[in-house]
Amino acid sequence: MSKTMNKIVKFLTTAALATTLASGITLAAGGGNKLAKDIDFSFEGIFGKYDRAQLQRGYLVYKEVCAACHSMRLVSFRNLSQPGGPEFSEEQVKAIAAGFEVTDGPNEDGEMFQRPAVPADRFPSPFANVEAATSANGGAYPPDLSLVTKSREGWHFPWYVSPFIKLVKGGGGAEYVYSLLIGYEDPPHGEEKEGLHYNPYFSTQWLAMPNPLNEDAVEYADGTKASVDQMARDVSAFMAWASEPKMEERKRTGFFIMIYLGILSVLMFLVKKKIWRDLH
Amino acid sequence: MSGHSSYEFSNPVVKWLDSRLPIVTMVKAQAMDFPTPKNLNYWWTFGGILATMLVIQLITGIVLVMHYTPHVDMAFDSVEHIRRDVNYGNIIQKLHANGASFFFIAVYIHMFRGLYYGSYKAPREVLWMIGVAIFLAMMATGFMGYVLPWGQMSFWGAKVITNLFSAIPFFGEAIVTWLWGGFSVDNATLQRFFSLHYLLPFVLCALVFLHVWALHVSGNGNPVGVEVKSGQDTVSFHPYYTMKDLFAILVFLLFLFGFVFFSPDYLGHPINYVEANPLVTPAHIVPEWYYLPFYAILRSIPDKLLGVVAMFASILILFILPWLDTSKVRSATYRPRYRQLFWILVVVCLGLGVCGAQPAEGGWVIASRILTAWYFLHFLVFLPLLGLFETPKPLPSSISESVLAKQAAKSTAAAQPAE
Amino acid sequence: MAGACAGGREIGVTQLHREGLIIVSTMETTDSERRDFLYIATGAAGVGFAGISVWPFIDQMNPDASVLALSSVEVDIGPIEEGQSITIKWRGNPVIIRHRTPKEIEDAKAVPVADLPDPAARNANVADSADAADANRVVDGNEKYLVMLGVCTHLGCVPIGDAGDFGGWFCPCHGSHYDTAGRIRLGPAPENLPVPPFSYLSDTKIRIG
Repeated sequence: MSKTMNKIVKFLTTAALATTLASGITLAAGGGNKLAKDIDFSFEGIFGKYDRAQLQRGYLVYKEVCAACHSMRLVSFRNLSQPGGPEFSEEQVKAIAAGFEVTDGPNEDGEMFQRPAVPADRFPSPFANVEAATSANGGAYPPDLSLVTKSREGWHFPWYVSPFIKLVKGGGGAEYVYSLLIGYEDPPHGEEKEGLHYNPYFSTQWLAMPNPLNEDAVEYADGTKASVDQMARDVSAFMAWASEPKMEERKRTGFFIMIYLGILSVLMFLVKKKIWRDLH
Repeated sequence: MSGHSSYEFSNPVVKWLDSRLPIVTMVKAQAMDFPTPKNLNYWWTFGGILATMLVIQLITGIVLVMHYTPHVDMAFDSVEHIRRDVNYGNIIQKLHANGASFFFIAVYIHMFRGLYYGSYKAPREVLWMIGVAIFLAMMATGFMGYVLPWGQMSFWGAKVITNLFSAIPFFGEAIVTWLWGGFSVDNATLQRFFSLHYLLPFVLCALVFLHVWALHVSGNGNPVGVEVKSGQDTVSFHPYYTMKDLFAILVFLLFLFGFVFFSPDYLGHPINYVEANPLVTPAHIVPEWYYLPFYAILRSIPDKLLGVVAMFASILILFILPWLDTSKVRSATYRPRYRQLFWILVVVCLGLGVCGAQPAEGGWVIASRILTAWYFLHFLVFLPLLGLFETPKPLPSSISESVLAKQAAKSTAAAQPAE
Repeated sequence: MAGACAGGREIGVTQLHREGLIIVSTMETTDSERRDFLYIATGAAGVGFAGISVWPFIDQMNPDASVLALSSVEVDIGPIEEGQSITIKWRGNPVIIRHRTPKEIEDAKAVPVADLPDPAARNANVADSADAADANRVVDGNEKYLVMLGVCTHLGCVPIGDAGDFGGWFCPCHGSHYDTAGRIRLGPAPENLPVPPFSYLSDTKIRIG
């Protein structure tokens, strides 16, 4: 089943690329940025699931690297232990949460106060508000990452193939995050722009965020080598989960419902046929 | 709908109730024994499918309101809260969002079925016109519903569409400010859209009731387009069409659930997962796919007022369609030229949909203009003239004759006795 | 079912050679049995589907994940002076925490359990069968601190502290009197004020829930 799916996907992609190249249309409708690299993430396809170990590693990368500037305000610590996610143990989540300070209050004196976070708390944001984040980052607001893989698309195809490719491959949000993270390179013709960095995967090719990942920027608990590629994959997978934390439950329910509904439809068809046959 | 009891009920309770309120009689007469042409094909099941979709949208909508907060500061987060925290919330929310799309898929098929088989012709003009009103109410409901998640496309869609009214001479600005309740789309706008989005479905229900009432006065049309002449031509609605409709509904739901469970964001826009920002317009503002043809018509005309007029006219023209089509023959099966025109119209509408999704530049503008022109020519010129010049094929004398002829043809083809 | 069908057909086949008429009637029976089975199976599957569909719409009204996650709260009880109470919010309800005076404790202990309208402890931290003796109304034998939901067991109003005929709490809505251990003594309320699940994290800190 999934093999056939893969074949269809491959065929469509190849066909699309062939037609596109043949007609000489720029791939990107947006601003001429490169198509995201197609990664085989574990959560793709009808039966796809998140890779727990990968999400746990991805969380570490997010926490150590991204969280310095980017918020993820829709995700709570408790989500880290819920089924279908990184599935840290509840004790681990408590320990993780306790490592953060959150603002609470007001207390009986009317003062806001700091306290260690508990699992029910949302991930604290690095800046108090959008304005503070913008001013601290040279006028470029580091976007919230709660929904980043659903709010970005990794690829654009011409209109006559795009609907089919997106149906089987999705929008490529996680692939976009991955590609962006590994995509920093020296600008062509030695061009330079003040405060901006060259990345062919970004919509305008120049973005304010400097290359965030260096070799061994984090130390994985499971001993995986923290190469830039590995970290980029892991953190993209983590963001995909953060964007769609109920995906596994949804697919599981869906599979059951489709089978049930399929059988019911066949039965209904037989009933209909029988009733109409008696008419003639 | 129906008057006094014409049935004899053996159950004393039913008898007691029915003599005071003939509701059982009504259900029996209108929903079970109702004589229905026996040659309806699967294109006729979309009425039942639409009723199902209306119920699904009502139920999921009422449930979503239990968790949604209509305030600019909280709307976006509350929808995410539904997706992330509420029990089964992500499925219910996705069912509502994709349900809207599938509602429109069904209504478009239903409308094109009407166009193909001439369902709008006498004596069904009012039935058709109520249908057009339902379509308008659906569009308004869908538009306001799309604003509620308060994403970027919600906001900018609302802003662009409400700005259409600024094209009205003299009062335009005042009307838009009145619609917004402010100087831009803001909290007041969101709250009134929420209120109206909750109200309009009940208006829809009332219109659907009238639609079904009108249907039960004139009776169903049918693929042959010859009116029912005797009991030979009909079967009772139940069980023949209840079971057929149920089967079609289940198959339709299979498609809907396929999207809800395995590709829930396919029909939406990624940018709507970014919270509304009144200071930044997304690079491409595109409405939901079901408005694209009308959006293309709007943009095809370089004049602001005329564009808006053309867009509304493209829908309102359907109200007078029964009088634009001069042919007495209903079904396109017996109108070879009209059949060609019909399929061209289908392609034109799909083409307008494609144009509506593209940036308004270069060849796309030219294409939209040609297609828009064809759309209006079809209704305003081709249809009235065609009825005068076209020679229709000979019609069968009755529905049962056409059914028997079809069966005979089938059995000769199979070279075997039918039963 | 399948066996019956097969049997029916077999009779029909053997009789086919002898008498054309009989097979028709036998076949009809078989056919209608199969049809009945089909109708019943489809009907049952349809009802099943309706049942499955209804559940999500019921369950969505149950407390959601964010509500359940907030169901525990930590309170610093150190600053509460003897004879003082504080009220905090837990799961949307007021929780009364009282630092009781020795007299209040004595008064509570002096009442025989047999005289109480509700002889059960109503304490989530002790066995369900425990009686309403004062010792069963507190946790870890820490008699000083009484922690209970400030929700009258009659119809849910918040009882007023330091009031009523028994020096404890008095519900203004319908006149229920609670004593210094939060036990119902007089009035329409049927039960003692319930003690929520809580534990001492330290001498001066508790976690409720």
